[in-house]
Amino acid sequence: MAVSVVRVRHLVRKELKQLLRDPRSRPILFVLPLVQLVLFGYAVNTDVRHIRTAALDHDGTSASRELLEAFAASGYFDIVERPQRPSDIVRSLDRGRVMLGIEIPVGFARDLDAGRGVSIQLLVDGSDSNTATVAGGYALGVVTAFTIQRSGEAGAASRGLVLDARAWFNPSFESRMYNVPAVIGALLMLICLLLTSFSVVREREIGTLDQLRVSPITSTELILGKTIPVMWVGVLDLALITVIATTWFSVPLRGSLVVLAAGGFLFILCGLSIGLLISTVSRTQQEAFLTMYMVFLPALIFSGFFFPIESMPSIFQWISYANPMRYFLEIVRALFLKGAGLAELYPQFAVLAAMAVTGIGLAIRRFERSVA
Amino acid sequence: MTSAAVSVRGLTRRFGEVVAVEGLSFEVKTGELFGIVGPDGAGKTTTLRMLAGVMRPSGGDALIRGRSVVSEPEAVKPHIAYMSQRFGLYEDLTVGENIAFYAELYEVPRSVLPGRLERLYEFSQLAPFEGRLAGDLSGGMKQKLGLCCALVHEPDVLLLDEPTFGVDPISRRDLWLIVHDMVARGTTVIVSTAYMEEAERCDRVALMNRGRLVGLDHPRRLHEGLGGEVISVRVSEPRRAVEWLAGVPHVRSAALLGDSMRIMLGDGEEAWSSVRTSLEEQGIAVLEAAPARPSLEDVFVELVERERSGKNPERSGND
Repeated sequence: MAVSVVRVRHLVRKELKQLLRDPRSRPILFVLPLVQLVLFGYAVNTDVRHIRTAALDHDGTSASRELLEAFAASGYFDIVERPQRPSDIVRSLDRGRVMLGIEIPVGFARDLDAGRGVSIQLLVDGSDSNTATVAGGYALGVVTAFTIQRSGEAGAASRGLVLDARAWFNPSFESRMYNVPAVIGALLMLICLLLTSFSVVREREIGTLDQLRVSPITSTELILGKTIPVMWVGVLDLALITVIATTWFSVPLRGSLVVLAAGGFLFILCGLSIGLLISTVSRTQQEAFLTMYMVFLPALIFSGFFFPIESMPSIFQWISYANPMRYFLEIVRALFLKGAGLAELYPQFAVLAAMAVTGIGLAIRRFERSVA
Repeated sequence: MTSAAVSVRGLTRRFGEVVAVEGLSFEVKTGELFGIVGPDGAGKTTTLRMLAGVMRPSGGDALIRGRSVVSEPEAVKPHIAYMSQRFGLYEDLTVGENIAFYAELYEVPRSVLPGRLERLYEFSQLAPFEGRLAGDLSGGMKQKLGLCCALVHEPDVLLLDEPTFGVDPISRRDLWLIVHDMVARGTTVIVSTAYMEEAERCDRVALMNRGRLVGLDHPRRLHEGLGGEVISVRVSEPRRAVEWLAGVPHVRSAALLGDSMRIMLGDGEEAWSSVRTSLEEQGIAVLEAAPARPSLEDVFVELVERERSGKNPERSGND
């Protein structure tokens, strides 16, 4: 089909003018992504720190004090209560004043020096299962480190079997490293949907669509004129978010910037073709808004943004295969943290490219049909 | 190839069970100002939308400059302009930007654009508002801007759907000035309206009712084609007179208009004198009686009446 480059360019210019002039759409372009990134960057944080802890030291030796200091020094635990009786720990847990209770028995130092097995008691508030698991894990880590250190000092010959796990890519298990790249995907999708869902239906409502249809402009030209400006905004936002993610949140970008840009570009095309489809199907702007909402929420949930796809029931895992955000999140997470490139990510790229082409094609076809 | 600018052939459009336009046929000559008149729901808008190519006909066809709007809409588009009842303006763009955008859509050459803009601004008197957002214009000015946008590519055929609907009298006059100027320059204009006095400005009018053509001729000849005459009468008891006249021979219709009565009479020399006698027998005094020029409204009412009763001599005679 012959496409008039001149007409498309004029349409793009008009769209940009309107985007930049509209006081409602202007903040969506660049302010919304920034605010959201900062909000998500801080709020979507599953790290557990400063766990309020009650410590009961029956032993009262330098060894037991060292252990408690090790807990405090880790940064994960704040010892806020020093009860005298075990029942006090229980009461504090019940009232939610503390999350964790530590009880060191009498003879702790003696048994430790003698090389005998020794145990301390941890009481964890399990009502918040996620935090409890994490807190338990940290406590185990503190105790293990303490044991190794003590036995090293004592020059003990045998240390038994010790698990020495090391996490790659994100050694400190900071959830921000994992979440901030994912926020890029969620934001790009949101912006693309917001800017395109209304673009055709708005013209239908104000009557300009009829004028465009009477004019020699073709459906392809019109759709191109609508997508190119949003694409530019999307690419600019991608750059903006990436800069903030790497500087403000110090998320490492280990992969290639070019691969990120290419993946982002394909993903933006997917997002705006979904938005255009919504816009050509909807009769009114309200309808478009509701449809957009119904599309964005599942896209977010079945993308692995909040919950790992692997832990979903298999039917939802299947649904997630149709979700472009799933593939883009896989790309950005691997790219930022692992430094993965096209060699590892080509399947995701292939799917996104196919989705982008199909989506734009469908939007044009659907638009042509809506003319009749 | 036909010499007519627009040739409508059996154009039909159905919406489910409802037939909005049925077997419409007429021809519009190049440079003609052609009116489509009818009440709401007559099918005027549907007809114009089909001519403009924004709605596909269910049957029949229309040729614009010899090209079919059904099979070659792309060939038709550059030569027409369509202005819907509420012309779609980008309210967040200025007056100048709106016109420029439509000029660009139709790829109006830059060399001729300044001259056209000057002329359009002169007619529409929108020049002082060039930098104002279209959304801040009054209804009448918006409509004038719409017309400027529609005319910037100098179409051969201009389709106007009730362009003066809800427009103040001064803007309405301006709009008609622009239309007459376009016609003088050789543009073919098809305009729909529900205002009969506007229809009388046209070279020819098509009267539509319930999707069908009920009359088609010069406005003057349509009047003449009525056969009878219209008399404006003042009587002592107008309300009772109107009721009484409904059953009197020679009276086709009688209607109250202000404090006088318009009586449309059938053929015959003595029609009026016999009706007058009948009124006076009822004790209704005829204070004043004068022949009146039948309006298109009279014609329309009459034609619809004939269509309903199945006899339609005018139609076969004028089509």
